[in-house]
Amino acid sequence: MSGVATVAGYALRECTRRRVFTVVLVLTVAFLALYGLGAEAAFDAVDEVSGAGVPVDDQVLTGSTLFGLAMFTTLFLGCVLAVFLTLGAVRGDAERGLLQPLVVRPVGRTALLGGRFLAAGGVCAAYVAAMYLTAMLITGATGGWWPDHPVEPGLGLVVGVLVIAGLSLLGSVYLSSNANGIAVFMAFGAGLAAGLLGQIGDALDVDTLETVAEIASWLLPFEALYQAGLDSLTRDVRGATGVIVRLGPFGGAQEGGPLLWLWTAGYLALVAGAARAAFARRDL
Amino acid sequence: MPAPFACHDLEKRYGRTVALAGVDLEVGAGELVGLLGPNGAGKSTLVKIACGLVRPSEGGAEVGGAPAGSAPARAAIGYLAELFRFPGWLTGGELLELHQRLAGSEGGAEERAELLELVGLPDAGRTKVDAMSKGMQQRLGIAQALVGAPRLLMLDEPTSALDPVGRRVVRDLLLELKRRGIAVLLNSHLLSEIERVCDRVAILSEGRVVARGSPAELARPRGVEIDVDGGQRAFPRATRDEVPEIVASLVGAGERVYGVRVLSSSLEDAYLEAVGAEPG
Repeated sequence: MSGVATVAGYALRECTRRRVFTVVLVLTVAFLALYGLGAEAAFDAVDEVSGAGVPVDDQVLTGSTLFGLAMFTTLFLGCVLAVFLTLGAVRGDAERGLLQPLVVRPVGRTALLGGRFLAAGGVCAAYVAAMYLTAMLITGATGGWWPDHPVEPGLGLVVGVLVIAGLSLLGSVYLSSNANGIAVFMAFGAGLAAGLLGQIGDALDVDTLETVAEIASWLLPFEALYQAGLDSLTRDVRGATGVIVRLGPFGGAQEGGPLLWLWTAGYLALVAGAARAAFARRDL
Repeated sequence: MPAPFACHDLEKRYGRTVALAGVDLEVGAGELVGLLGPNGAGKSTLVKIACGLVRPSEGGAEVGGAPAGSAPARAAIGYLAELFRFPGWLTGGELLELHQRLAGSEGGAEERAELLELVGLPDAGRTKVDAMSKGMQQRLGIAQALVGAPRLLMLDEPTSALDPVGRRVVRDLLLELKRRGIAVLLNSHLLSEIERVCDRVAILSEGRVVARGSPAELARPRGVEIDVDGGQRAFPRATRDEVPEIVASLVGAGERVYGVRVLSSSLEDAYLEAVGAEPG
């Protein structure tokens, strides 16, 4: 365990020294500032038109839509961070000659992989949690709207980014840095696209699209976690408002259920096992 | 006590490419063995198998009696790769500290200072790797390989980026390590370095050991030359043992002898002959 901690400590320092980390932090601050301004303006505008006889809770509609956007951005930036912190962890570092001196040490390959995951996962989880919390506070402070279930969406985003970091780490055993980065981003995009297809399928009642989305959710559970998070934002909203927020771009989400969390835990274990086995067999 | 390094019938194939085709080699305690061979001969592959970085296709390799790549084998080994890189943001001291932790060494600051001193970089503890020349990084790499007092040191082209002074430092270091009983497998293209420091040499070509022995054994006799009044007399088939008789016969014949040279081929000649290359 001390070997894992040593590698994690080393990788953590490496993570926070990378330029991408600074870039993501700057982008985050810029996004949150814009989000704050946008949320303020949106809630103000809604206040002016409210009470016009429309049977919809404007505050809920505006809050959940804006916060859904913030969740999407959080997941996207978390994915960028997870990918860039792990994309060259094995093959990339081996090609640059950084990995061999570490692998020769008695600490072992599994500990190296575990340490890298702990560091990258820790940084990404902390980042996503902080961003989610900040966006939620901004939404609450500017419009007085809070999610129905605030913990589950945040936890879903954190675990979703951990899944992406795990996939990227697994990919780094087989692929060079560039190829791995492209592959993981494509998988991320494919997952989100499948989710949107599922929403379209749900709205138009097309079984094929719904099936595609469901399969994609099992194969790429970060998408399902994101959908489940969106769903729990407005799970308790009823009536016309409930119908409308579920039709919106960030509200038409699927409920996850306990099976999703179980599957995600198993999925992470499978990815870890595959990465471990692949790294153990890899010639450096 | 098992040898620090031994391999038997070691084979490695990458698809259809044969990198090693049945290599037997042993490095004894305190022994300095040089590995020579042209590019692609399999030298680096052999070193990597010993370090557990590459898995053999057939045969086996052991480090101190433990299978190469196992935790006990890795604990007994120090390694500097040919193409290595250390994180530029670490200082020399931090790099050694990281490897101390990974190796489970309890040497602390004292060990770090001693290792930096040993490689001629006593002031590099606070210097960032990025600020070091390639030669300094290579010497730091040797210090890194020595963390945890390994029984066996595997050095893959350790002097390729060094200037003559740096090479001298490494040469002296290797002799010091030998004195301390550390076995060294030295992979290098620099024949003069190998000839000067190694007890034994193995020459690899196309994945096989094509010649082995001490540098003196590999160098073959090429006769005797004797300076006399009339110039130089050559005895191409004579050996060192015959020199007294030849000199006695020349003196007996009234010649005045001014100098005697026992000729032998260099390690370079032996190397070129072993790998089947024509000298330039």
